[in-house]
Amino acid sequence: MRWKRVNLVVGAAIVALVIVTALVSFVWTPYDPQQISSTERLLGVGENGHVLGTDQFGRDVLSQIMVGSQTALFVGVLAVGIAVVIGIPLGGLAAARRGWTEEGVMRLSDVIYAFPPVLLAILLVAAVSPGVGPAMVAIGIAYVPIVARVTRGAALSVFELDYVAAARTYGRRKTYIFVRHVLPNIASVLIVQVTVLFALAILAEAALSFLGIGAQPPRPSWGRSLRDAQTFIQLSPRLAVWPGLAIAFTVLGFNLLGDGLRDALDPRLEVRRT
Amino acid sequence: MTLLTVDGLTITTASGQALVDDVSFAIERGGRTGLIGESGSGKTLTALAIMGLLPEGLEVSGSITLDGEELVGRSDRALTVHRGNSMSMIFQEPMTAMNAVMRVGRQVSEPLRIHRDMSDSDADAEAVALLEAVGIDRPEQRAGAYPHELSGGQRQRAMIAMALACGPALVIADEPTTALDVTVQAQVLSVLRSRLAATDAALLLITHDLPVVAGITHDLLVIEGGKIADRGGTRELFDTPVHPVTRRLVEAVPPMSRSGEVPTKAHTPSVEDVIISARQLTRTYTLRRRRLREPGPVIRAVDGVSLDIHRGETFGIVGESGSGKTTLARILIGLNRPDRGSITVDGVDLTATKDLRPLRHIAQMVFQDPMGSLDPRMRIGDIVAEPLRSLKIGGDHETRVRELLEAVSLPSDTADRYPHEFSGGQRQRIAIARALAPDPKILVADEPVSALDMSVQTVTLDLLARLKEDFDLTMIFISHDLSVVHRICDRVLVMESGRAVETGPADDVFRTPDHEHTRQLVASIPRLDGTVSA
Repeated sequence: MRWKRVNLVVGAAIVALVIVTALVSFVWTPYDPQQISSTERLLGVGENGHVLGTDQFGRDVLSQIMVGSQTALFVGVLAVGIAVVIGIPLGGLAAARRGWTEEGVMRLSDVIYAFPPVLLAILLVAAVSPGVGPAMVAIGIAYVPIVARVTRGAALSVFELDYVAAARTYGRRKTYIFVRHVLPNIASVLIVQVTVLFALAILAEAALSFLGIGAQPPRPSWGRSLRDAQTFIQLSPRLAVWPGLAIAFTVLGFNLLGDGLRDALDPRLEVRRT
Repeated sequence: MTLLTVDGLTITTASGQALVDDVSFAIERGGRTGLIGESGSGKTLTALAIMGLLPEGLEVSGSITLDGEELVGRSDRALTVHRGNSMSMIFQEPMTAMNAVMRVGRQVSEPLRIHRDMSDSDADAEAVALLEAVGIDRPEQRAGAYPHELSGGQRQRAMIAMALACGPALVIADEPTTALDVTVQAQVLSVLRSRLAATDAALLLITHDLPVVAGITHDLLVIEGGKIADRGGTRELFDTPVHPVTRRLVEAVPPMSRSGEVPTKAHTPSVEDVIISARQLTRTYTLRRRRLREPGPVIRAVDGVSLDIHRGETFGIVGESGSGKTTLARILIGLNRPDRGSITVDGVDLTATKDLRPLRHIAQMVFQDPMGSLDPRMRIGDIVAEPLRSLKIGGDHETRVRELLEAVSLPSDTADRYPHEFSGGQRQRIAIARALAPDPKILVADEPVSALDMSVQTVTLDLLARLKEDFDLTMIFISHDLSVVHRICDRVLVMESGRAVETGPADDVFRTPDHEHTRQLVASIPRLDGTVSA
């Protein structure tokens, strides 16, 4: 039992560290992350007071990674926010209405689901303009079917329960029932899903920025740092290591948090604890 | 010769609370022992401990020997040699106890393939023979079916076939018939009895339903609070219960199940003031089509039912599962709409109006499962106040909630707590309080006591009877349990496959049933004297 808690604690700690880093980077970084210095190019770890060294323009790597966490969290919040805001009502609607509404919603989901998220992002970016915003809107839309399906599946079983029937006998409408009686009872499932999608969104942003269609300069991004490092990979491989580690570490944190929450919020365990 | 010896069995939680406390008993080879007690008394834990299937985190001490071999402390792996082989278990709910995506024949023969090293084709052939032995018709065809394609009774027969496949020395049956209808229960019990006799297996039958053990076991253990309270021969304990726990359990058995007699009851003929009037109600469901060009099969859940319910009476609707009684109740309360027919509830014509709000003030419902009918994330006070808010009934809600909880005999601090903190009987009281909140004229109770222990059933039925007077209610009482219906209802309607086959005063219907199906239902009630006339 106890070791399951480890996931939750470690995951929460990593996520908290990323959030704190992002917040701190708004007011303080060791150096100005955009400060170019022709004399301090490609410095090694610890040289001249640069803890993680500098890149090909002489910018401080640690500062860039710190500021990069802002982008990572921003894309997570934006993409997952869109997925949740559209997906939960759609899934709820499908579960509450059944019949043709449900068929329509679910088939539409299938169609969107058939597009790889990154491909969808490339399409949208090509149509609008490159940048984190449009890319993450696309990723968010691509995740809508995932959230809608999970919501529908979980809500269907709750809608069958007698307390929903009871609520109807005293005149509650289905929208109210969904918000008040169904949603709180499927929240644990959704929270777990959201943390996993958060990790996926961060990965998607890194991939898109690596391809050059995500974050545009001067906005710092771990994915773009990786792309820039590619050119110098022979000369200075560590430039790829740091942003790579930052991505892996953050994704791991969200995944562990999701796993830990799944265990902590498991209603069967809840019953046993009481 | 002794087969199973349980000596000083104690099961404790991590926090040191003893759930089963120093339980000792023995079962002879081929013996039949019943273990009775109310829910939470430790009966199922005892069974699971014997099978070595206790959930994680529970400490077991004491000794359990099967054929002289000690089972306590053995590794899970060592016990798999015995499970399904020398000892096997029949569970309460055959739908969840079977793998939904595995064909029935394969599941029934699984123990044979595991323990007897049978080839797939031999095992499949044996499965057909086993299914035939438990009285399943067209066994070849059923063996190829999936669990959901069988009826509840057939599934439970298949479970029995599976449990007996390897010719075990000990069969543990945990509430094997609780989920079944009376007529099916009678059949399954007789199959279990004859199969045990044929294979000479010993039986440990666990149940809260006393008449069920009466017909099948010779010895009886009464367990309460994790301790064996009373033991002896089944006959003598039921005929002359001495121990207070046994006596309480026996006395909670409704009169109709205590002896074959249908006791007379004061029938209060009500004034012919009709509050619910329904004519030719029909509700059909179309199942998913199997082939593209054929329409899906149509189920007539309610088929041309007409009824008049009088103001102030308790009207019973009885029938087996799938007979349409719940659908009928849901139509009466406006949760489902009939496809055809007309229905008027206290002047509101339900088939003419779309707005059912006026009906919500008049008619309320209590559901079967007291856990599922309360939102686990809401406080009791909010749950009971919900109808008041929803129907925009004014006044001081807090006071009203307190009054309602008091009316159902719950303590005043109930309002601040959550559903999981209460027992099944208490939760059902909360559901009743909620139903009474808008001060309805009609209370529809759908199997309100079937999920409860016998003694709690009695208390809850008494409470309902009292509330009916206090709140001036007309009550519609739905149940598969004839003895409960007889006890509480003035008039009854018997349903079979969606049709109303018989209506009349409760006494008349159960004493001199006109319809064959009613006769069958009455005859299938298991009785404390061990006789089932079916």
